[in-house]
Amino acid sequence: MTRRLAGIAIALAVLIGLVILYSSEFLTNAPAAVPASVQGGTAHLTLQTVPTYGHAPEPDWVSYLVQDPSGHWHHSTIFKLPAHSLVTVTLYQYDTSSGLRNPFLAQVRGTVDGTATLNGKPFSTASSDEASHTFTVPDLGLSVPLSGISSSAKNPCSAAPCPLSNDHNTITFSFRTPGPGTYRWQCFVPCAAAFIFGNGGPMQTIGWMSGELVVS
Amino acid sequence: MEATRIPEPSEPRHAIRIVGIWAGLTVICVPLVIFVLGPHIPPGHASQQSSDQHQINVVLTTLATPIVLMVWVYFGYAITVFRQAGETIVDGPPIDGNARIQLTWLSVTSAIVLGLAVYGTIDLFSASAAGAGGGQGPNPLAKPANVGSALEVQVIGQQWLWTFRYPGYGGVETATLALPVNREIAIHVTSLDVAHSFWAYELGVKADAIPGSDNVVYVKPEQIRSFQVRCAELCGLWHGHMNTTGRVLSQPDFGSWIAQQEQQYAAVTKQLPPYSHVYYPSPLRRAP
Ligand SMILES: [Cu+2]
Ligand SMILES: [Cu+2]
Repeated sequence: MTRRLAGIAIALAVLIGLVILYSSEFLTNAPAAVPASVQGGTAHLTLQTVPTYGHAPEPDWVSYLVQDPSGHWHHSTIFKLPAHSLVTVTLYQYDTSSGLRNPFLAQVRGTVDGTATLNGKPFSTASSDEASHTFTVPDLGLSVPLSGISSSAKNPCSAAPCPLSNDHNTITFSFRTPGPGTYRWQCFVPCAAAFIFGNGGPMQTIGWMSGELVVS
Repeated sequence: MEATRIPEPSEPRHAIRIVGIWAGLTVICVPLVIFVLGPHIPPGHASQQSSDQHQINVVLTTLATPIVLMVWVYFGYAITVFRQAGETIVDGPPIDGNARIQLTWLSVTSAIVLGLAVYGTIDLFSASAAGAGGGQGPNPLAKPANVGSALEVQVIGQQWLWTFRYPGYGGVETATLALPVNREIAIHVTSLDVAHSFWAYELGVKADAIPGSDNVVYVKPEQIRSFQVRCAELCGLWHGHMNTTGRVLSQPDFGSWIAQQEQQYAAVTKQLPPYSHVYYPSPLRRAP
């Protein structure tokens, strides 16, 4: 009887320990926040989207990456930005198209003049079917569709960080940050390959297809 | 209640004391609940539906007050007056049935529960509450009288954003929700991916957003103000951020707002699928 009770107590303790371990791991393993480079009051944020990360823990997952002020690429989706400032974003897009589930998000919204540029050409609406990802901050009303590269591209990138010698689209836009706060951003293309409805894995995990703008 | 103790000649009349305390507290607390707490009970008066829900919540809270007081008073009285002195704990005499108490208990609780069921059912089908809290699909049983002239607005849930379509204005889709005041609105709620739930808290409206399903709720906003829209169904990573602020505008302001939206989104409106009560978007999966 005593031995059975002790057995149950030990099993319960192990179970509770595992739950605590899992929860604390989940709560603390957010990627490190990477600051944008700031020059003369304007912040510059340089990002890339890659079709496959190419490294552990998830080499097959689609992902965003961010460049720090010294030019190093980081696998993070948490960006530090100054408050009440102009932010110019340069985004190198290496992935092919998946298409938007809601074509409404093909519209550029919330940028400084309502437009963005794709390989140097200004645009305010993309083709819904050609979208590969979006960069959308719902609370700021900011959303920019990112058109995919051709599916027959000769020199696609397969492992991050992707060099500019691989096929890519360059998208630029600028927006103004509000007051201090943390604002979530995400991609609205169901781009998680091999997941049901394309909305699992990298779409459900911070550090891949969504993250936060830490404005301070 | 006397049955729980053996009456002794010197014993005070506990039942009369308990009922006396309870009656006194009820006389004090019920008006406080109605007149002091009542006006602060949610969801307020932003729409005909929320006013109706507010009234129901006040009635229920008022009815619950004497019941809660009876429990508390008996509880407090028992632990102070019936406390056993000394160390030995002796069981009281076994209780046999008390027909009067049992009959009173059964008839009072049955009357309250059945009465509330009737009241709730009548109210659910009344014109004022029509459709609020809907989840009855495309043909709700309760509809407002002037349903034919209602303004149709579609609410679309997706991971993790609400968007809104106005079929009466070229099917324009917007990122914000605005409604005209004093006009019957038919809200059609659907989803493009998983189950969400559209909850316009101050308007007293909540309906599940289910892919392939058209859930209709009716609301008549009566105050020019803003209101919160939340997702009330756990729907993934950013569920907790799936909220937005809607606005009730005067009819002229709504007219100019919707005209501006039509203009702003003219290009993207052409890419939207034709307005429909449900959507089966492609791709549901990403091509491998
Ligand atoms: Cu994406
Ligand atoms: Cu949701």
